[in-house]
Amino acid sequence: MATQHNGQIVVLAGGLSHEREVSLRSGRRVAHALRAQGREVIEADVNADLVTLLRSIENPVAFPLLHGGVGEDGGLGQVLELLGVKYVGSSPDSARRSFDKSISAPLVAQAGVTVPKRAVLPQDLFRELGAEQLIAALGEQIGYPMMIKPVRSGSALGASRVDQPEDVPFAMVTAFSYGDLVIVEEFITGREVAVAVIEPDGKAMALPIVEIIPTSGSYDYNARYTAGMTRFVAPAELADHIAARCAQIALTAHQVLGLRHISRADIIIDTEGVPVFIETNSAPGMTETSLVPLAVEAADLDFGELCAQLVDSAANPAA
Amino acid sequence: MKVRQAIRVADSQPSRRDTRLDKYVEQYAARASGFQVSAVRALFAVANRPEVVSLAGGMPNIADLPQFEIGATISKLIAERGAQAMQYGSGQGEIFIREKIVEVMAAEAICANADDVVITCGSQQGLDLVSRIFCDPGDVVLAEAPSYVGALSIFGANQCEVVHVETDELGIVPDAVRQAVTTLRAAGRKVKFCYTIPTFQNPTGSCQSVQRRQELIAVAQEVDLLVLEDNPYGLLGFDREPLVALRAMDSERVIYLGSFSKTFAPGFRVGWVCAPHAVREKLVLLQEAATLCPPVFSQFAIAEYLENFDWRAQIRAFADMYRERRDAMLQALVEHMPPGTTWTHPSGGFYVWLTLPDGLDSQAMLPRAVSARVAYTPGTAFYADERGCENIRLSFCYPTPARIIEGVKRLGEAIRSEQETHAIFRTERTARPGRHGAVINPAPDIN
Repeated sequence: MATQHNGQIVVLAGGLSHEREVSLRSGRRVAHALRAQGREVIEADVNADLVTLLRSIENPVAFPLLHGGVGEDGGLGQVLELLGVKYVGSSPDSARRSFDKSISAPLVAQAGVTVPKRAVLPQDLFRELGAEQLIAALGEQIGYPMMIKPVRSGSALGASRVDQPEDVPFAMVTAFSYGDLVIVEEFITGREVAVAVIEPDGKAMALPIVEIIPTSGSYDYNARYTAGMTRFVAPAELADHIAARCAQIALTAHQVLGLRHISRADIIIDTEGVPVFIETNSAPGMTETSLVPLAVEAADLDFGELCAQLVDSAANPAA
Repeated sequence: MKVRQAIRVADSQPSRRDTRLDKYVEQYAARASGFQVSAVRALFAVANRPEVVSLAGGMPNIADLPQFEIGATISKLIAERGAQAMQYGSGQGEIFIREKIVEVMAAEAICANADDVVITCGSQQGLDLVSRIFCDPGDVVLAEAPSYVGALSIFGANQCEVVHVETDELGIVPDAVRQAVTTLRAAGRKVKFCYTIPTFQNPTGSCQSVQRRQELIAVAQEVDLLVLEDNPYGLLGFDREPLVALRAMDSERVIYLGSFSKTFAPGFRVGWVCAPHAVREKLVLLQEAATLCPPVFSQFAIAEYLENFDWRAQIRAFADMYRERRDAMLQALVEHMPPGTTWTHPSGGFYVWLTLPDGLDSQAMLPRAVSARVAYTPGTAFYADERGCENIRLSFCYPTPARIIEGVKRLGEAIRSEQETHAIFRTERTARPGRHGAVINPAPDIN
């Protein structure tokens, strides 16, 4: 067990991404949980004051809870490394690998995990090659229904399910409003589950699987963050071999991508009972309606205790 | 170790939790069904960051108020009458501030008695109280197309159906009011009142001429319709003296909502309703049921301000400041908007209403604008139906002229960028079902 970090913990939340609101909620929740453990916590936004703040603290440990953008593309981790600040979460390279679905999905697939057919395309290509032809090719290769979503965004922001070619243009415009890269993905019909992976002491372990059943049928932004709009079952009611496979997929993704401390894999169990890996998040949400806290509770763990253990593990990486 | 123990428990099938994370989810009233998190509203979280120019909110700029002097006055108030000012008060509001309000309303030709006035927690609460005493679920409220998002929220929360009435550059069209009332009544619907912001309307900035006001009152009399006049910006005209209020034209048919939020400071939360006596009695009883009494300390403080400061000069100073910001916005729009964009030219108030070039959708474009570090309120917020996709409300009240110019420049770039994406995919604007129902306006503390 890692030695307790007795210095200050800087919970980083906010930022300028489209998910700022979610990030702030995650940050407040984690900060509160750490304080309840008797830890000394400073909550900070990622802004022009941050470097000065981090430099003013002796031996701080950062707990980044930024979602999307620099929080998950490795940018913030890079800055923390430059400043010599220890932090909870994945290294810049790993976060970048995980965040870019065009890199992460093939890596996970190579490890024997089923992934949906997908293509990642920039807007420039549609302009240069002609949208009509590319959309036709996507229809042939990916098929309908398909998911169209921005690459650099989470919480289902800008994501659309598309059932027919006529609806592709508007879905593309919606996704490109969030960034210059979109991912077009085979829509997997099935049961949606999430598997959190934690490393409180340097060894990865999967937490109980959480099944997500949105009452509206779609796990969109509203369903994610409005309490009552989604039913969560934890541990999910799954056959043992399927549950074991889901846990294995989450651990495989965590390890193949080189993630650290915490991650959350999103998986859909298709109608044949095959778990299909959608993505893994290196900075998962920690809000009142987020999946990781539910998984932590289902494991009979104390959320604050776990956060504190992750901090201690980050402070003493060799322990 | 605790974690290891826990995992072992998990492996041995702990009790399963099946939850919607809200134990009361089946118990909420139907009127709370629209109270949901919204992705659009979440985007406004970045608006208060200094890197972002927010043209989204409606916060007045009160930095130029004589804060030191006001502080001294309030200190004196506490020292001399603190026990009274911090005590419960009248449900109708304190008589001394109601008398002052009569003086304020006289600027718009309203001849009222202090007994006609009920103090509320901002005019927003006045709007709620009026809605609650008049509207049953399913009743119809007429409102301008488009209309103030905060009013639409209240009507929705009171389970009213909002029917938008056609507007032109002079605001609501009286003939359209007559037509709407006639049609709705023929269909057996109860039309309870017509909600209007006649002066420097939110969101369009339009201002009803005196003739238009007379025509509206004539139609209301003809079809026997109550008018709810919301007038937060009436004294903030840039080029002329205040216009005569609707209330001044028919005191029995018009309920008037007034506010100190824009002419003084919104933090005190003091507004008022000026209503016919029978309505007033019900408002007082409902106010007592709702809050016991409106904020007493705020009433004392505002009364002191009105008594000891040249509030008329302060309003003129506010208007001059907002005129400069309006001018900066209009000039920047000329310089930076792509062809096909049009906008209103308000002569007072806080807002410009912009119409996007063909095919663009303001709500879908908002993430792009936020990425470009500018925020606005999509036009969809100002309709209770599917309209407003092509519109944007731009606020010029809070940012400085330099920030407004920069914000409009960024908006122009975002629009061009969105146009390029639409051109690539050859999209046509289509109303998407299910876009309404969630709250999509910025919270009151957004710049």
